[in-house]
Amino acid sequence: MKTLPSTDVLIIGGGWTGLLMAKELSARTPASIVILERGRDRRPDYIKGMDELDYFVRMHMMQDPTRETPTLRHRDGERALPIRQYGAFLPGSGIGGTGEHWGAVYPRLQPDCFELHSATVARYGERKLPEDSSMQDWGVTYDELESFYARSEREVGVSGKAGNLKGKIIEGGNVFEGWRSEEYPMPPTPTPYFSELFRGGAKNLGYHPFNNATAVTSQDYTNPEGVSRPACAFCGFCERTPCMIGAKAQPTSVLMPVLKNRKSVTLRTGATVRRIVHDTTEKGGKARGVTYIDESGEEIFQPADLIFLSTFTLGNNHLLFLSGIGAPFDPATDKGTLGKNLTHQVAFGVQAFLPKPLNRFMGGGGTGVRISDFDADVFDHSNLSFIRGGMIGAMSVGTQPLSTFGNVPNSLKLPRWGAAWKKAAIEWYDNTGVVSFAGEQIPYRGNRFDLDPTYKNPLGDPLLRMTINWQDNERKMVDFMNAKMVEIAHAMGAKEVNAFAPYGDYDVTRYQSTHIQGGTMMATSPDRGVVNTYGQHWDASNLFVLGASTFPNSGSSNPTPTILALTYRTADAIVEKYLKRPGMLA
Amino acid sequence: MKRSYRHVGIKGRPDSFALLPPRFSCDKIPRMQRRQFLVLSAASLGGVLVYSLDRRASRVFAQEKTTQTLKIPLRFFTEEEALIVAAAASRIFPSDDSGVGAKEAGVVIYIDRQLAGPYGHDRYRYSQGPFDEKAAREFGYQGQATPSETYREGLKGLKGFDSLSSEEQDKKLQQIENTHFFAVLRQNTMEGMFSDPVHGGNIDMVGWQLVGFPGPRMSNLDDVTKHYGEAFRPKPLSLEQSIGRKVRPNEDEELKS
Repeated sequence: MKTLPSTDVLIIGGGWTGLLMAKELSARTPASIVILERGRDRRPDYIKGMDELDYFVRMHMMQDPTRETPTLRHRDGERALPIRQYGAFLPGSGIGGTGEHWGAVYPRLQPDCFELHSATVARYGERKLPEDSSMQDWGVTYDELESFYARSEREVGVSGKAGNLKGKIIEGGNVFEGWRSEEYPMPPTPTPYFSELFRGGAKNLGYHPFNNATAVTSQDYTNPEGVSRPACAFCGFCERTPCMIGAKAQPTSVLMPVLKNRKSVTLRTGATVRRIVHDTTEKGGKARGVTYIDESGEEIFQPADLIFLSTFTLGNNHLLFLSGIGAPFDPATDKGTLGKNLTHQVAFGVQAFLPKPLNRFMGGGGTGVRISDFDADVFDHSNLSFIRGGMIGAMSVGTQPLSTFGNVPNSLKLPRWGAAWKKAAIEWYDNTGVVSFAGEQIPYRGNRFDLDPTYKNPLGDPLLRMTINWQDNERKMVDFMNAKMVEIAHAMGAKEVNAFAPYGDYDVTRYQSTHIQGGTMMATSPDRGVVNTYGQHWDASNLFVLGASTFPNSGSSNPTPTILALTYRTADAIVEKYLKRPGMLA
Repeated sequence: MKRSYRHVGIKGRPDSFALLPPRFSCDKIPRMQRRQFLVLSAASLGGVLVYSLDRRASRVFAQEKTTQTLKIPLRFFTEEEALIVAAAASRIFPSDDSGVGAKEAGVVIYIDRQLAGPYGHDRYRYSQGPFDEKAAREFGYQGQATPSETYREGLKGLKGFDSLSSEEQDKKLQQIENTHFFAVLRQNTMEGMFSDPVHGGNIDMVGWQLVGFPGPRMSNLDDVTKHYGEAFRPKPLSLEQSIGRKVRPNEDEELKS
């Protein structure tokens, strides 16, 4: 194995967090920085991004499941089966990672998400905690993160309207959001017809609709680093595709323009990290570097003083398991922490069949109107059989026929093929909109990551295994929201509404969201989490884990704003404390 | 066919492999003894009335409207298979009073190209065993067959399908509508109706016109908050027309990482 000269900083994964950390450290320190990215530079393909077959069906931007995919089972004792094609969630690959094809929805977490356990117990008592749940507070609060959220919104360039400016409630914004120190950098994106119908329906029912915050430009924008992006053209090809003009914030359009001029940063693509080499024990230790396989197939050892593990949630967990860093969580004994508190946001929609055409092909990422009236603990759960909630909305991100043709009212009782179905599906094609829900999945002791005993990747390494299922709390939440959403759809003027079927077992084929969280969760002590609130590994003080894998629970909000806020906080702590005196930060 | 990973040992270390894309070996693809063609009448691919969503009829012309018949070289199917697939796709998405169907869109041409390319050989699926044909629906298809194998096997059960009456054809399809083969055939039929014409189906964008989809438009900025409650139907443009350059479709790409 070839050994390369040591680098000061090594970053595994060239997505939002890895590139942001590289940008921050290269601006403020003289450290040499190497970024290892498994995928390639896909930017030359982006001109072809408006091909629904290639990008939406064949998943051009996603990780290649023939090389890396997890297995999944619903409960202990079952044999897990490989996710042969990504469906429920869609991790990306290549420079920018999942941040290239994301939907750009940009809400902060509700403040009480960071204190899920103590806030729930304080309001409802211990008895309200769902059976087998493993909720715990993060150890960092919304107030501590507020300035980092604001910094990320300026850099990423977010369009929206504040609903709570320093405690002052502002109608038209999200009146239930946490306090904000400043208004969004750009006004909200325009509101297409379907989302406007939702605003009307929701208002009539007494709710508080607002234009969703999105990392898509509503006007030409230049961020504090001097990176300029044009206003969004609402072409409607956004989620699952890269933006051809740079209007959607992506690591390649926001961070790479700055990084490409940084001489201290080296980005290697086609570099698949296999192991983090370390000499840790439960009493602590150090990571020494990583082994990876380069584009030509050669295995290489890259020593480093400081290592950031900043891949998607799946990769972060997989590499720690494969490297043998940290004790795997065992639900039978409650010992260990690695793999614990795997969560996946609850998401579903109801189909509203509306009287007038919607021109749904026009839209943009994160564009739409939502309500937080049933979010988090905004509403009283005393007389409800579940806790927590989520956001209901009508997004107008742009839709294409291959993915959306075929929905017809259930009352017609038609098969999904043949003349009668075709006729009805054509009639309803552009008159159908989806009222959607994104909510919290609380963590359970059974839902976790570990290594699969059967299936392997082409390198011979075991695949990561997910044990995950929905529990009563999610099923009851879905039933409750389903009814609310049907009511709103009728208030929008729908002639008929297809409600969502009750939640059964976790389904790998139905897209939920790409918000897989946990497994390397943060905590204020090593017996309760894998990393501290800075993402610093409790067993290796020079190894930091970045990303949603550090979340102890899922919020109803999309994780990227919180991921970036935490990354800025870690970057500041590295520059201001760690580099001056390496060691545990907390 | 079984696909193997290309493993390249390094310096005698058995556990080091080059991370190269999984590769299907071309010599294992069943080669046809002679070139097969699908012969279609030009009239069936154009010159028909189609209806946009606002119910206005417009006339669509095939690209080769001057010839009486089109002789389309097949990449995967035999002619017999192609005729069966075309007939089945036409029952899934018929040509009738509600507008054009799989026939006019050239769905069989699309499927033929897909099955001959990386999709047909399972380039997009983790295909290591063990397999489990009886896995619950929530785990997706867990069987071993590649899409091209699924067609070869499934079509054996539809011998003579193209010469049955429409009613008999529908009955036959109802018998198999819960099979994996039918699910794939239905999905591919929809792809051939609505994917960009660069992939061989949706000829002259007839599928898009049927539902009022304008294809990839570079900008809707001037229209996104207008036309509330009324159909806005710009003239469709294909990807190549929209970006002004030739596109090499994924089914023609050499495998690359």
